[in-house]
Parts: sequence; structure tokens; C-alpha cells
Amino acid sequence: MIVAEQKSLEEIKSLVGNAEKVLVVGCGTCVTVCFAGGAREAAIVSASLRMSSKLDGNPKEVTDVTVQRQCEWEYLDEIAAQVEAVDVVLSLGCGIGVQAIAEHFPNTWVVPGLNTTFLGLPTEQGTWVERCAACGDCLLGLTGGICPIARCSKSLLNGPCGGSIDGHCEIDDEIPCGWQLIYDRLNSKGKLDMLMDIQPPKNWSTSRDGGPRKIVREDLRLNEKEESGS
Amino acid sequence: MTETINGNGYLSGSNLERILKAGHFAVTAELGPPQSADGNVIRHKAGLLKGYCDAVNLTDNQTAIVRMSSIGAGTILVQEGLEPVIQMVCRDRNRLAMQSDLLGAHAMGIRNLLCLSGDHQVFGNHPGAKNVYDIDSIQMVKMVSDMRDKHIFQCGEEMKGQQPCLFVGAAESPFAHPIDFRPYRLAKKVKAGANFIQTQLVYDINAFNDFMKKVRELGIHKDTYILAGVGPLKSPGMANYMKANVPGILIPDEIIERMKEAGAPWAGKSKDELTPDDKKARAEAWKEMGIRICIELVKELRQIEGVAGVHIMAIEWEEAIKPIVEGAGLYPRPVVPLPAPQTA
Ligand code: SF4
Ligand code: SF4
Repeated sequence: MIVAEQKSLEEIKSLVGNAEKVLVVGCGTCVTVCFAGGAREAAIVSASLRMSSKLDGNPKEVTDVTVQRQCEWEYLDEIAAQVEAVDVVLSLGCGIGVQAIAEHFPNTWVVPGLNTTFLGLPTEQGTWVERCAACGDCLLGLTGGICPIARCSKSLLNGPCGGSIDGHCEIDDEIPCGWQLIYDRLNSKGKLDMLMDIQPPKNWSTSRDGGPRKIVREDLRLNEKEESGS
Repeated sequence: MTETINGNGYLSGSNLERILKAGHFAVTAELGPPQSADGNVIRHKAGLLKGYCDAVNLTDNQTAIVRMSSIGAGTILVQEGLEPVIQMVCRDRNRLAMQSDLLGAHAMGIRNLLCLSGDHQVFGNHPGAKNVYDIDSIQMVKMVSDMRDKHIFQCGEEMKGQQPCLFVGAAESPFAHPIDFRPYRLAKKVKAGANFIQTQLVYDINAFNDFMKKVRELGIHKDTYILAGVGPLKSPGMANYMKANVPGILIPDEIIERMKEAGAPWAGKSKDELTPDDKKARAEAWKEMGIRICIELVKELRQIEGVAGVHIMAIEWEEAIKPIVEGAGLYPRPVVPLPAPQTA
């Protein structure tokens, strides 16, 4: 899932600025699961903004609403009237949600209430870790299901650097060395020989380096004939 | 120096390559470029090293701290009559920048390259920088070897005209983890084309012997020249710090004890009781012991089958190189002339 965390109230206040009417929009999917921008968080942020604006002597009208998914137009349609009635929308969606609102409501000023951080999962209550960098050409089949792009601090493709020590990465004792994990996994499966092949330089054009990406599935596109009714 | 090395039997014709190929026990040293544009720092340090080593490594933004570029500093060494080994890390350059800089390096008379991953930028003075890691060090070794031997760029396009002829090196840290994989990783680097290897600092000869045993079993030492890394300790504090904090550095207690003993005459006194002269004398005693231990290590490493030389890292203490090389009986350095280019 997409993992995000809330910006500080200070930053949120400065992003909202002088707006008098504010709509806080939560999202019911990834950011709900990581406790950053679901209905509960939207209600709390909205109350905090109301209270602090009152204390600042400039009370704002702050309301909140949560949609099932900010990243799909149809769910945004449901809140069109509320969006159009305010000066600013504070999105508690991930960066995609914020942009979906901006794109769907061109007349509305929208600001982010979260920092979208990574694609990952919770490993225990209250802890989330990165797992994928969306490189566009998945290598997990070469590494026993552990990603060297996202989980090695240097995205190395041919084994651990000299900084790997006691299972952790050179940059932090708390960060496992991705290559130690790959090594252990392949070792346990008797597949260490896979590490002896020299992996060639990666083609990063499938990644962000190739510019903004797009997928078109002709098989799924509605052609005009079908659309006009069979 | 001739631009054409083809036909003379050498890959690069560098002094380091000639020394190693002739079977001499090689000595390389390390020089850290300054955090400024002052070329005289390089000239001064070059003066300390000249005649005492076969080539000088120039670090590339070591520990992710901005310094004069290894190629710029290397060019000064060429002018001073010393042979540079330029280091290049994968952290700061993508494949385009690497290749273009290496074309420039060759044109400036540089003939040796050491390919490294590079320390992560969080360690340095620009922790907010974006890192590159477009290719890794093994891929860099392959890319540079292909530029030299196949006359192609990384993309596969043919290079017209002079190719960069570099003697290509890589690093290995024998005691980093997973330790069982290290000899195999070395094998990978050699398979990718590494002509020589410089290792992380070795203090634990027994552990290094185990590593070299595996290296010999795999036959890697026959396909590359392995230079063992050594470095004089400056104080027991430095030894303890490195042991605890630098990945892949093993320092036996016995060595730390000897360093401590060297400072024994001053041991009973508290910090405040030591006069500046005391401190100076103690520092000298420690350094002397550091150099003595280093000399012993070099002598022991020389006995190990498959060790083709030593790489001496005395960062910000280049004065130590001379006594170490002399003390180890490696002075004067041999001369292996480059054969005259053969005309077709
Ligand atoms: S290899 Fe690429 S797609 Fe696969 S997990 Fe890693 S970053 Fe994601
Ligand atoms: S220590 Fe491990 S995770 Fe960290 S950069 Fe090196 S190989 Fe990658």
C-alpha cells in the first residue's frame, strides 16, 4: 500500500493560510490503513484547525468528509458540492489523491496534509517499511522476492557493498541490509548460484527516469461501438 | 607517453600494470584531495610519496565529503611525474558522466581506475543530496573494460577513435558481511574484468589468510592482482574506533594492546596532568608503534600466496609512507620500462 504520514499542524496551517472555509478530505483506502488520512484523522485535523484558528483570533469554518478513494473520479463526484463551497481543500489523501482533486476540480485550491512516503507494509503495530520503488521492471524473480532497488540503500544489483555489517546497512543500525536478506533467502533455498550471474546495468527508462509513466490496456479500453450501446 | 598502447602487450601500459605484470610486489598509496581548489596541497603530498610507491590512489569525494575531484588531482600527479589511480564512485555519476569523465581522464594521461560503490551520502557534508547509483561498481568495471577492449560505450555503440585505456581495479572488503559471500563477490568483480583489487584495511592476518585460502581455491588470484590494504594506526583510540565503527575492519586485541603499551609511560596521568610536550611525545610513541605494526603486516602479507602487493592507506598522514616502505624492504621501487610501441 501507499504509506504516508501527516504534516505538522504548523505546516498545515501555513498551507491553509488565510482561507476562511476549509474542507478536510480524508481517503478511505491506503492512508486509512496507515492511520494518516482516514475519517478519524480527517475529523481530528479538522477539529485542530478549528480550535487553533479560534485561538489565533481568526476562526475558520472547517468541515471534513472522507471518500472511499481519492484517486478515482467517481468517488470525488460525490463531494463536488462540498468542494465547491470552500476556499481551500486540505487533502489527507496521498499525493495521487491531492492531484486527483486538483485535476477534477480546476476551480478549487487544494493543499496536501500528508507527506506521501513510500510503497510498503506494516511489519508490526505502528511500524511501516518500504518494499517497492515502482521501478517498472520487477527483478524480484532474481532475488528471492526481496527488492534490491527499494531495500538496498544504494540499489545495488550485484550483491552487498562493503558496508554490510551484522545484518544491517551501513547507513543505520536499524535498517536491515537488503543484500544480507537476499543472501540469506537464496542460501536457505539452495539458490546462491543465482548471485554469481553478473546483472547488467538496469534499464531505468521504465522507472521515473523515463519521464511520467502511463499504461494503456487496449483490451480494457471501451471502444466507441461498445460505449454507444450493444 | 605514447597514446597507443595496443600491440605492446599491456592493457593500459600504466606503471602499476607493468610492475605487477613483471611479478614485482607492488606498492600503492592513498592520497586524499583537499576540500578546496588548492593544487599545491596535492603537489606537497605528491612530494612525500614520490619514489615510494608505484601508483597513488586519489579518493573520489571520500566519505561523501566534497573534495577536489580525483581526475583533477590525478592530472596534477601526472604533471608531477607520479602515477595516479583515480577512484570513481557510483554515488555521484550516472553512466553518461562516468564515461565522459573517463574519456577525459585518459586524455589527461591517467591510466588506472578504481571502481567503487561509494559511501552513502548520509555520512558526508551534503546528506540532503540525491544519490545516483545508476550502475553499481561491478557494472562499472564491465563498462570500462568494454570501452577499452571492445571499443564500445555502455549502450553498445561503437567508439570511433582512441578508446580510454585504463587498468581497471575494484575493491573488496574481505570481512564485511555476509562474510561467506565475499570471495564470490570478488570472483564476480574479476569476471566483470577487474585487473587488480585493493582490499579494505587488514590487521587480522589469520582472518585474511582464511579469505585468501578461499580465493586460491576459487583460483581468483590467477586472474587478477590482489593488493592487500594496510594502514598505520595513529593511536589506541583510533584502533578502538575503527574496530567498533567501520564495517569490515577486524583489529586483533593484541595489536590494540601493543598500541596501548606504546603510550604506557604516560598512562598513569590524567588529561590535565599531561603537558603539551607529554602529549606530543605520547602521540609520537603511538605513531612509531603504528608504523612498526604496519611494517610487520606488510611483511606477513607478502608471504601469502596470491597477494601481489599492498595498498597503504595513511590518510592525512602521508609522511608515514616512506618509513613503512623502507622498513618493509620495498625501497627503492623497481622500474619496468614501457616497451617502444610496435609499428605495424
Ligand atoms: S524490482 Fe522494481 S517493481 Fe519489483 S519490487 Fe523492486 S522496485 Fe518494485
Ligand atoms: S549495506 Fe547492504 S543495504 Fe546498505 S548499501 Fe550496502 S548492500 Fe545496500
